Amino acid sequence: MKHYSPFTVRHSLFVLVFVCLSASPAHAAKIGDLVHTNVLEQAIDFFTFREPAVRFALLGSMLLGICCGLLGSFIVVRKMALVGDALSHAVLPGVALGFLWNMSKDPIAIFVGATIAGLVGTSVVTLIKQTTRLKEDTALGLVLASFFAVGICLLTMIQRLPTGNKTGIDKFLFGQAAAMGADDVRLIAIVTVLSITIIALFYKEFLLTSFDAGFAKVAGFPAQAIHYGLMLLLAFSVVIALQAVGVVLVSAMLITPAAAAYLLTDRMSRMLWLAAFFGMAAGAVGAFFSYLGPNLPTGPFMVLGATAVFVLAFLFGPRHGVVMRWWRQRSRAQRIQRENTLKSMYHVLEAREFKGDGVSLRELSERRRETIEEAKQQVGDLRSHALVTLQEEGNVAFLTPEGWQLACAIVRNHRLWELYLTNAAHIAADHVHEDAEKIEHVLGEEVVRDLERRLEYATTDPHGRRIPSLADLRRGGAGRERTEELVGYGRRS
Amino acid sequence: MSELIPSFDPQHVLVMPWTSGLSSYGWSMLMGFFVAIACGLIGNYLILRRMALVGDAISHSVLPGIAIAFLLAKSRGALPMFLGALAAGIVTTILIEIIHKKSRVKQDAAIGITFSSLFAIGVILISLYASRVDLDQECVLYGEIGNVWIDTPVTIAGISLGPATVVRMGVVALITALLIVMFYKELLVSSFDSGLAFSLGINATVVHYALMCMLSVIVVSAFESVGAILVIAMLILPGATASLVSHRLPVILGLTVLHAALSAVLGLHVALWLECSIAGAMVVVGAFLFVLAWIFSPSQGLLRRWLWNRVEIPDDVAPAPVPSGRAPAS
Repeated sequence: MKHYSPFTVRHSLFVLVFVCLSASPAHAAKIGDLVHTNVLEQAIDFFTFREPAVRFALLGSMLLGICCGLLGSFIVVRKMALVGDALSHAVLPGVALGFLWNMSKDPIAIFVGATIAGLVGTSVVTLIKQTTRLKEDTALGLVLASFFAVGICLLTMIQRLPTGNKTGIDKFLFGQAAAMGADDVRLIAIVTVLSITIIALFYKEFLLTSFDAGFAKVAGFPAQAIHYGLMLLLAFSVVIALQAVGVVLVSAMLITPAAAAYLLTDRMSRMLWLAAFFGMAAGAVGAFFSYLGPNLPTGPFMVLGATAVFVLAFLFGPRHGVVMRWWRQRSRAQRIQRENTLKSMYHVLEAREFKGDGVSLRELSERRRETIEEAKQQVGDLRSHALVTLQEEGNVAFLTPEGWQLACAIVRNHRLWELYLTNAAHIAADHVHEDAEKIEHVLGEEVVRDLERRLEYATTDPHGRRIPSLADLRRGGAGRERTEELVGYGRRS
Repeated sequence: MSELIPSFDPQHVLVMPWTSGLSSYGWSMLMGFFVAIACGLIGNYLILRRMALVGDAISHSVLPGIAIAFLLAKSRGALPMFLGALAAGIVTTILIEIIHKKSRVKQDAAIGITFSSLFAIGVILISLYASRVDLDQECVLYGEIGNVWIDTPVTIAGISLGPATVVRMGVVALITALLIVMFYKELLVSSFDSGLAFSLGINATVVHYALMCMLSVIVVSAFESVGAILVIAMLILPGATASLVSHRLPVILGLTVLHAALSAVLGLHVALWLECSIAGAMVVVGAFLFVLAWIFSPSQGLLRRWLWNRVEIPDDVAPAPVPSGRAPAS
């Protein structure tokens, strides 16, 4: 097993911090001031940061994508995904109160108010869970919606006030990256850097408490403190994401990139990298699409960007992807089918004591109790893998040396296993066939060697038939010069 | 700050809605009551089945269903809207199921991914076709229950029944109540003991999907008036409050109705006083009632638990079981 040093992770995260810091925002105007027609031209302008007007929006969106992706990874592996959802809705009253502080969209006041509201919300969830018989999902839904309702009441009350600059407060619901100013981006950068630093410094602690809370406790790690630390960081990230993504969809920025990363790797460090990257990409995509139209909200586009990544990972992930799994299953099924056909050909040959080389389709179909058509199709499949050659207008199949070897190997696997089951497991000889039918396709080289040794190189199976030997395997290649020794029966190496 | 909370005018807040304002605010109260009843009744089963957050998911994801139905049918008719919501509800349930069964993503993350994506699609559709879809983003979030009385009235046999939205919601609430009474046993058994349900021949999958369909219909009828997120509160709050007070399902269902009525009526008065969103105020009152139940519930309230813990029980007296929110093992 490869050992992954925490220092590599730590160093790489510090590099990330450096990248974030060095890309400090220059002065810029708002996105809405620009008029363009060509989408490609817009895309180039947008992503090269050449357009000063969109630097804030793009930079802010990407940074918060990184931040949300990193923190989201932990809540996904801790199975707390919907805590993020509850938290994001619960901050709304805090946003409203922060706005009331000095009747303006002061980022610091809103930040403080929202963080407090979010933390109060999560504490209430914990409290409800501990003191009533309501379950976690009910408690989450209850807090989420109740806090949100309080927030809505406050917002509607603020909106009828005669004083104060109220513009933009409604943008907190669905997010508008274009409304971000230098202060907002600075705040986002600070929180992102803070999250990255804390994760880098306490990587081991976070990892341990996420995967094995019991061990962490026994080993003396302050699991509770780490939990609350994570909650605090989560609250921070939700609050900074509000302006670009909006209250309603922040949770998606936490969950979706992390879940996509979770489908692609089994290592936490790689998952963090991937999630941060996906979050950043989703942020950039969201900011870009909302930049294309005059009244398009940013949040939904970011979420859809993240969802697209998730869908791709879900379908085509190399190990866990649905399509990949389906493909693997299909090719396995086809291989088993081929091996069964080869085995039947061997049986036909064996029945006439290996007189003559060809197996006609008729013999094969009778042996397999199938129609001629099916037999023809299977033989065609074998031919495309160069396991047989066809002669006499495709009616007679001849095993190639490779086909002969594979057929022998399968029959050998089958009979060895049958013998093993009767000898070692004392199963009656008429009960072992079914099991051997399955196992013959998956026995590896090592196991076959082991079986041979245990069975003392026996030559007949429980039904009194001969087990193909190494000599039989060579017989098929008699006409050809052999350059390599055979090392096993399942596969040639 | 003083401007934020207007002075309390009893005439305006307490008397007006029942006298001169009855023709408008009365309908709002009735609408709130119907929404809370329908949502609360079905919400009880969501809570029992630990599916409260599936309710959350469906309440978000009916939005694209409604938007697409609007765009296809080019009208705001009830039928396309119901169909769109039904389709969206079923798609949500199936998607959550697929993501969580076919990959190693857990159910909570699957719920989060599904509803946020669908909701995002809905919001984008609305903002792209704002002129054609008769919905705006704010309405999606907190509804327009104050305006239900403007809706065209429904008349049957010459008798005006009331605004179409309210009548529709009333019918939905009635159907919900009827269905729950009719299939009481099936719902009860399949919610509490799936093994028993199976041996009684109750198809749990059918019950599950029927519940989801009903939920979608309720959510879509409530959607316009209370919005996507407050629907969640309407779904969970009444049931959660009632289940803190009683352990018996019939009593819980009855208390749900009481909670619905109280939060609708009191919510309207609060909204008039504070001049804020009516639906929001109804939920706030509902949440307040929940907090009251949490503290003062006779069987398991915080106060009672606190008193229990203070009383010293002599050793020779067999200790009565302290009401506990959680099983001792967990």
